[in-house]
Amino acid sequence: MELRVSDLSCARGGLIVLQGVSLTLRAGQARVLRGPNGSGKTTLLRTLAGLQPPVAGRIDAGADAITYASHLDGLKATLTVRENLQFWARVHDRPVGDALLRMNLDGLADRPAQALSAGQKRRLGLARLLVTGRPIWLLDEPTVSLDAASVALFAAVVRQHLADGGAALIATHIDLGLDAEVLEMAPIAARDILPQGGFDEAFL
Amino acid sequence: MQVSGRFLPWVAGLAALCLVVGLIWGFFLTPDDYRQGATVKIIFLHVPSALVAINGWMVMLVASLIWLIRRHHVSALVAKAAAPVGITMTVIALMTGAIWGQPMWGTWWAWDPRLTSFLILFMFYLGYIALWQAIEDPDTAADLTSVLCMVGSVFAILSRYAVLFWNQGLHQGASLSMDKQQHMSDTYWYPLVLCMAGFMLLFLALVLLRTRTEVRRRRLQALILRERMA
Amino acid sequence: MIALLLRDLRLSVRSGGGFGLGLAFFLLVTILVPLGVGPESALHARIAAGILWIGALLACLLSLDRIFALDHEDGSLDLLVTAPMPLEGIVAVKALAHWLVTGLPLTLAAPLLGVLLNLPVHGYPWLFVSLLVGTPALSVIGTFGAALIVGLKRGGLLLSLLVLPLYVPTLIYGAEAAQRGADGLPALVPLALLAAISAGSAALLPFASAQALRINLR
Repeated sequence: MELRVSDLSCARGGLIVLQGVSLTLRAGQARVLRGPNGSGKTTLLRTLAGLQPPVAGRIDAGADAITYASHLDGLKATLTVRENLQFWARVHDRPVGDALLRMNLDGLADRPAQALSAGQKRRLGLARLLVTGRPIWLLDEPTVSLDAASVALFAAVVRQHLADGGAALIATHIDLGLDAEVLEMAPIAARDILPQGGFDEAFL
Repeated sequence: MQVSGRFLPWVAGLAALCLVVGLIWGFFLTPDDYRQGATVKIIFLHVPSALVAINGWMVMLVASLIWLIRRHHVSALVAKAAAPVGITMTVIALMTGAIWGQPMWGTWWAWDPRLTSFLILFMFYLGYIALWQAIEDPDTAADLTSVLCMVGSVFAILSRYAVLFWNQGLHQGASLSMDKQQHMSDTYWYPLVLCMAGFMLLFLALVLLRTRTEVRRRRLQALILRERMA
Repeated sequence: MIALLLRDLRLSVRSGGGFGLGLAFFLLVTILVPLGVGPESALHARIAAGILWIGALLACLLSLDRIFALDHEDGSLDLLVTAPMPLEGIVAVKALAHWLVTGLPLTLAAPLLGVLLNLPVHGYPWLFVSLLVGTPALSVIGTFGAALIVGLKRGGLLLSLLVLPLYVPTLIYGAEAAQRGADGLPALVPLALLAAISAGSAALLPFASAQALRINLR
């Protein structure tokens, strides 16, 4: 289990925003992405998750090793907490296990997702990570709308995941108390500011 | 761009020449048909525009394929440029058909298979153009319209057969196909060929012009973007 | 795959927007047509099969934009794409779910509404069978249209502009089969052609839809 990225370039809206991204993430390692808004954190995570093709470079990870949590939780309002989680578990062909308990949602299991608070929804969205059973977690601002206690809970879950041989790449501004290296976005921002990959550039 | 720039005036000029000669010949220098009278002369607009309307879609299909396979940027723009010209030709064919049909069949519109097929072709063009308009990112728009064009082509052919099945129709048999010259005397045939050539050249000229405009627009966008980034 | 199908079915039952609305719309169209063309029942009998087919088609169209738009809004489409399922399979399952909650109920309801339009007696089996065979094509083609516009904010109107031309062959063969059945003519040929269209679209269109989704998500 290893995520190896070499010389990756990512584009957003026809502009190259990231250039020469190289990183290696081994089992048990976490990396925190840090940079101002618009510095390409989401673009990087989406590219790594395979949701958009890279402009250049290689991404090597095992098959079905990556799971991605965006700022949207992918919850269905009319399904209960348990049903939401069960769905993702069955999609990944895995048991739900103790995911509800670990994200402190067991008391809410039969409540429809629309009756949850923002923080509770977020916790449910993060519980999905546990049922996918995938080793590499790509997290985009996972702590938004979580209170201090929930952040601690989530940090513990991530630590456990790392101890179990997982890995995580996290875009966050909060210190999760993880033993994680910080990956600053500024050095990998596209230096050559000319929009080389831009779709209109082909016409010049 | 340079090549097309050098060709464009010639193509446009040739188109104008063919059209002027063909139409004048067709309208003023041919005798009236013994059955259809002077109304037959609308054939010089009707048939060529119908031909170009269909070929316009073919051009879009080929250009879309080239875009999807080779990702040649200009081909996507050719497809985009051809659509409005094609839909205009479809409308011309439909309207001249209606004008012709009124004295001939006594009705402006009949749900005859050919007319219906053209109406359906019109719908396909409309959807295709609407999709181009709706999507902002040009590459996404090119990709999606190409996929639509290919699926649409299959369904357009299916529709054609479905319509034939649905109504056998009162439209006269094809008045043009290479081996059917006997349907038409040479007096009509030569100006008609000239008009068809004229319409094809006109189509080519318009598509070239529109493509060039489109290329320039995209260049401008790229330059504006550079300005803003610098 | 089955999980996705079950979830989609459960969602459409719970949120009510799915088949309830489509059926109600179908009923309303069927009621409005006689109000528009007059109360003469001989006329109704003649146009019943066509009207019912058009009603079913429009009712089908109504719920198409929900196929992907809802999943796109709440982020679950992104997650599904990264799930261990082929995108073509996801698309096919979505189309199947759409058919189960719209096409199938419409097919079942059509004979009842045929009574309102004075459909000739021997037309009922043909109407039912033609809808049963033809509505899957409507769902599959509609799913393709929905995949094309998934990223757009207000795609509903555009969707009908894209999908309706593609519906032409299905409508022609389907309504023709039902109509011939009602007129007591042999209707097997259009029915067979309709079945061919359904089978062909179900087999091939998911690939185009998946491609359109991929383009839209990047």
